[in-house]
This record gives sequence, C-alpha cells and structure tokens, in this order.
Amino acid sequence: MSNIRQARKAVVARILEGDGRASHAQRGAAFNNTGLAEPLRTLVGKVAMHAFNVTDQDIAAARASGLTEDQIFEIVVCAAIGQAKRQYDTALEALEAATGRSEHAPRDPR
Amino acid sequence: MRLAILDSGHRFGTKALFALIRTVSRRPVLDVIKLVKYRADFYGGPMQGVTHEAMRGPSAWSVGDRELMAAFVAKTNECEWCTKAHAAVAEGAYRDGKRVSEALSDLGTPAIEEPLRATLRMLYKLTREHSVDADDMRAVLAAGVSRQQIEDALAVCFSLNVIGRLADAFGFVVPGPRAFEAGAKYLLARGYR
Repeated sequence: MSNIRQARKAVVARILEGDGRASHAQRGAAFNNTGLAEPLRTLVGKVAMHAFNVTDQDIAAARASGLTEDQIFEIVVCAAIGQAKRQYDTALEALEAATGRSEHAPRDPR
Repeated sequence: MRLAILDSGHRFGTKALFALIRTVSRRPVLDVIKLVKYRADFYGGPMQGVTHEAMRGPSAWSVGDRELMAAFVAKTNECEWCTKAHAAVAEGAYRDGKRVSEALSDLGTPAIEEPLRATLRMLYKLTREHSVDADDMRAVLAAGVSRQQIEDALAVCFSLNVIGRLADAFGFVVPGPRAFEAGAKYLLARGYR
C-alpha cells in the first residue's frame, strides 16, 4: 500500500484547498469539527461523532440557513474525512509508540 | 437521499451512464454510485483511489479479510447500508457466508483466526471510542499481526469511517439483498475504481 498515504493526502488537499462552493474556512472548520455556528455545529458534530443520528431536519436546517445543497455536500464530506483522518492518525501514533520506531515520512501536520 | 443533487444533479453524461446501468442490471443505481459520481473531482474520484488501494492493493490480508473488516467497522458505526454491502462482498470473497455472519455477531467465534480477531477488536475500539493506545496495538502485535498488516487494516478502517458517515448523513436508501449481491459481484470483479 505504498501509494495510499500519498493518495490520502491528495484527498485531504483536494477537499480543503481546491475549488469548491463552500468557503475554504467553512470546509476547514467542518474538517476540524471546530468553530462552527448553528445549525452546522450540530450537523458536523453528528457526522463526526455519530453519523447514524443525522436527521432530515439537520439537513433541512442547514438548507434553511442559506447554504446550497452543493455547500452542504462539501461540508459533510469534509466533516467525515476529517474525523476519519483524526482516528487514523491517532492509531498510527499508537502503533509507532508500540513498535518504538517511525517508518513514516513526516506526516501532514493538518 | 437527503440532498436532491445526489439523486438527480449529475451531468448529462453521468445520467446517461446511470440509464445504461439501470437497463443492463434491471435495478436502480445504488446510492453509493450516485455519491461517488456527483462532482467526482471533489470527492468520488480522489477517494475511490484511496479505497481501491486499501481494499484491493497488495496486502498480507486477503480481500475477504479486508471486506470483513469493512463490514465490521460499518456495523460498529451502526451503518446498515455499509454493513450489508461489505458483508455481501466478504461472503463472496470467502465463499463462506457463515464465517462472515458469525464474525459479525460474535468476535469470540472460532470461525475466525486469532490475528484477525485481535485486529477486529482494535478496530472496534478505534471506531467506537475514536482512539486507541500503544497497549491496544501491542495486543494486536502479540497475536502475530505484523506492523504492516495493522497499517493495512487502519487503511480499510479509514475508508469505511468516511463512507459510512456519508451513507448515514446523506440518507442512503438500503436496498434488498439481491441489489447488494449484484454490487458485491461487481466489486469483486472490478474493485473500487
């Protein structure tokens, strides 16, 4: 799986730094699950921590706040990838601590 | 699905592709296909490369093992859509439905080997509690799992932690078992690209 780290990095760079309908700040806040106002705080928090609890009303509230569906799409994608990446990074650090060595190139600090 | 754009906002060429899929398969297009084909340059395209590498790239884990891990992570996330989808692929890869259903209902089952069991236990904790520590990893290593195998399992977990969240947030419609069986055949033949 030698290419996967590069590919994963490319996904994160694309959603956070590439063109989009939501602002870079909104995408970054969703990715990090921090600094969001309602109703996005609830929606993004659920996507990150217990996505099965997301309801029609959560999406409807985001829409009613003036966001387009494309913006909601991007924000939810960023929230999902951000949380998955945090879990992955935490696990990799635990693995490095357990094996007492690092076989990795320096990771993206994000 | 909760966003209309994911149901019907695709470009003309993609809509034509969906019409072809419906005609050939005589089934509705699965919601996951609609998701990855919507503005594929943003999410679907880059992410499919990551998922294909995790699920089908070189690894000491078999395709069946990785699909079982995927179903297991999905079940831990309480994502019905992904649990059913990946359980169907694992059953096809192993040619053994009992192994998959037993592993998903009870990790203590003798149907799976100790290294796989230890790995699934670690993935459970990571997925459920969002964190693991060095002792958790030592337990997996002590079960005979290599460092690279743990990394490979974490790559599977990453992909499932993304798609499971999206399936639930966007409200994927859970189809009947035959649709997942057909999807599983496709994924075993072609992978995730």
